[in-house]
Amino acid sequence: MTNSVVDAPPAQVPAELSPQRGRWHRVRPFLPLVALVVLAILPYSTISLPGIFEGPLNSPGTLQLLAICLIFGGLAAGYDLLFGRTGMLSFGHALYFAAGVYGTDILVTRAGLPLWQAALLTITGGTILAALLGAVALRTVGIAFAMVTLAFAQVGAILVARDFGGLTGGEEGLPLDVSGLPAGLVGVTNTVNLYWLALAYLTVVVFVVHRVSGSPTGRVLAGLRDDERRIGVLGLDPYRYKLVAFTLAGGLASAGGVVYVLIVGGASPHITSSELTLSLLVMVVLGGPGTRWGPVLGGVLYMYLDHRLTAFGTSDAVDNLPAVLSHPLSQPLFVLGTVFILAVYFFPGGLTSLAPRLSHLTRSLRPPRH
Amino acid sequence: MGTVILLTLTGLGLAALYFLVASGLSLVFGLADVLNFAHGLFLGVGAYGTWWAAGNLPGAGSDGFGFVLAVAFGVAAGTLVAILVELVLIRPLYSRTIEQVLVTVGLSLAGVALLQATWGADARPFPRPDWTRQVTGILGAQVPNGGLLLIIAAVLVLGAILAFLRWTRYGLVIRAGVENREMVTALGIDVRKAFTLVFAIGGAAAALAGALGGVYFGTVSPGQGGSLLIFAFIVVVIGGMGSVVGSAYAAVVVGLVQQFVNYYGTSGLGDICVVGLLAVVLLLRPQGIAGKVATA
Repeated sequence: MTNSVVDAPPAQVPAELSPQRGRWHRVRPFLPLVALVVLAILPYSTISLPGIFEGPLNSPGTLQLLAICLIFGGLAAGYDLLFGRTGMLSFGHALYFAAGVYGTDILVTRAGLPLWQAALLTITGGTILAALLGAVALRTVGIAFAMVTLAFAQVGAILVARDFGGLTGGEEGLPLDVSGLPAGLVGVTNTVNLYWLALAYLTVVVFVVHRVSGSPTGRVLAGLRDDERRIGVLGLDPYRYKLVAFTLAGGLASAGGVVYVLIVGGASPHITSSELTLSLLVMVVLGGPGTRWGPVLGGVLYMYLDHRLTAFGTSDAVDNLPAVLSHPLSQPLFVLGTVFILAVYFFPGGLTSLAPRLSHLTRSLRPPRH
Repeated sequence: MGTVILLTLTGLGLAALYFLVASGLSLVFGLADVLNFAHGLFLGVGAYGTWWAAGNLPGAGSDGFGFVLAVAFGVAAGTLVAILVELVLIRPLYSRTIEQVLVTVGLSLAGVALLQATWGADARPFPRPDWTRQVTGILGAQVPNGGLLLIIAAVLVLGAILAFLRWTRYGLVIRAGVENREMVTALGIDVRKAFTLVFAIGGAAAALAGALGGVYFGTVSPGQGGSLLIFAFIVVVIGGMGSVVGSAYAAVVVGLVQQFVNYYGTSGLGDICVVGLLAVVLLLRPQGIAGKVATA
C-alpha cells in the first residue's frame, strides 16, 4: 500500500483535434532539402519567366535580385528569433546588419584587409556590439525596450551619415574596393557565386534558428514570449536568456551584412535607417511570426515585391489608370504598407497560416463522403 | 554672450517643435498604451495641408490672416486624420498592444508613401509670411522669428492642454484614465471616448508642429515627420509616459543639449548626446522624469 498511484485515464482527444496525416506526410520532412537543391541548381536553367523576372533565370540581374531576396529571407528569420520566438519588439535590428555591411566595407576598402579577416572581425565585432547594447537595452521591457533599441540604431544612422573620421563616406555611401577580393566574387559573370553565398547564408540562419528554437534554450525563449513572469518564478533568469537571443540575432544580422555588401558592391546610408527594421518587422508579420518558413517566405516576397513593384508602378498598365490610382500604386511602400495593415487585421498568422485556413475551407466545401 | 542667447533661443525653438509632437504621443501612450508610429504622418498631413491651403484654398494665402486660415486648415486636416485613424484602425485592436504598434507602423509606411506619391519626394518651398523670415534682436542676438513663433505656439499649447486637463470634465477623465484605466471603466465612464479625444488633441498638436515646422525650416518634405518622431519618442521616454509637463521639461533639455553640443562640439554629436542622455535616464530612473502621472 505504499505507492498505489493510479494512472489517470488517458484524456479523450476529439477526432478533429488529433493530428491528421495529410497526403504528403511521408515527403514533408524532405521538402526543405528538395527546395534547397532546386534553389542551388537554379542558376543552371535558362528558363525565362516573362512578367516575373526581366531576364532568364541565369542572367546576372535576376540572380542578383534573387540573392538579395535570399539575404533578406535570412535576415527576417534572424529577426524572428527576437520578435516571433522570444516576443522582443526590437526596433534597432538594422544597426547590426549595417554594422556587418559597413564593418566589412571599411576593413576591406579603408584598411585593405583580406576579405576573410574582414568578415571574421566584422561578425565578431557585430556580435559583441549586440551583446553590449543588448545588455543595456534589456534593462527595460516592452515598449520602452522598443524605443531604446530605436534610439541606439538612430545613433548608428547618425554616425554613418555624419561621417566622423571620414570612414563611412557619409550620404554618398562607400563603394567596395574589389581589388583585394577573391576573383570568384568579383564581376558580373561571377554573380552566380554570390547567389550561392546568399543561399548558404540563408541555409545557415534557418538551421541555427531551427536548432536554437528546438533546444531547451528555445523552450525558455518561447516561455518568455508567452509569460515572462512565470519563467522568473521557475527560477530562470529572463535577462540572460533574452540577452543570448539578442546577441545571436545580432551576430546573424551582421553576417548577413557581410554577404550583402559583396552582392551590392558597397554600402549606402539608407540601410542604417529605422525603415529597414520596420520592413523586417513587416516581413516577419506578413510571413508568420514564430514559424520556421514564414519569416523566410515573408522576407523573400517582400524584397521581391519591393523591387518588382517599382517596375510595375512605371509600367503602361498602371500609367494608364487615373492619377488617383496610378500615383499611389507606383509607390512600393504604399502597396506593402497597406497589405501589411490588412494582414494584421485579417491574417494574424501571416502567409503560413493561410494553408491551414484554406484547407479548413476546402474541407467544409467538399461534399461529405459516404 | 550673444551666441549663448541665440543658441538658447534656437534650442528652445527646437524644443517647442519636439514638445508639440511629444505631448500628443505622451498622452496617447499614457492613456491608451498605444505607441503611435503614425504620429509623424499627422505632422506630415498638417504641413502639407497648410502648404496646399495657402496655394489653393480661397481666402487663404501666405501672409496675414490668409496664413492663419491656411494653418487652421492644416491643423483641421491633421486632427481629422488622427480621429479617423483612431476610430477605424486603432479602436478595433484595443488592449492588443503589439498589433496596434504594427498597424501604426504600416500606416506610417503607407501614409508617407502616399504623401510622396501625391506631391513628390523632393522638399517643397513652404509659403510663409515675410516677417517670419526676418530676425529680432534680443539682448544682442539675432533670433529668427520662425523660432520665436514656435516657442510662443508651444507655450500656448502647453497652457491650453494643462487648462483642459485641470478644469474640464473630460480632462479629469483623461487624468484619471492615465493613472488607472480599469478603475475609470469600472466607474461606468466610457474611456474610449477619451481615447478619441486624446488622439484628436495629439493630432492637432502634431499638425500644428508640421505647419510651424514648415515655417521654421522653410521647406516641407514627406520624410520630415519620421526624423522628428524619433527625437519625440526620446522626449516622451525621458519625460515619462503620460505626463505633459514631463514632456515639456524633457523637450527643453533635449533641444538645448542638441543645439549647444552641435555648435560647440562636432555637428551630429548633439544627437548622440541626446541618446546617451536617454540611456542614462533609463538606467537610473526607468519611469522618466515625471513617471506615469498626468500632472496638471
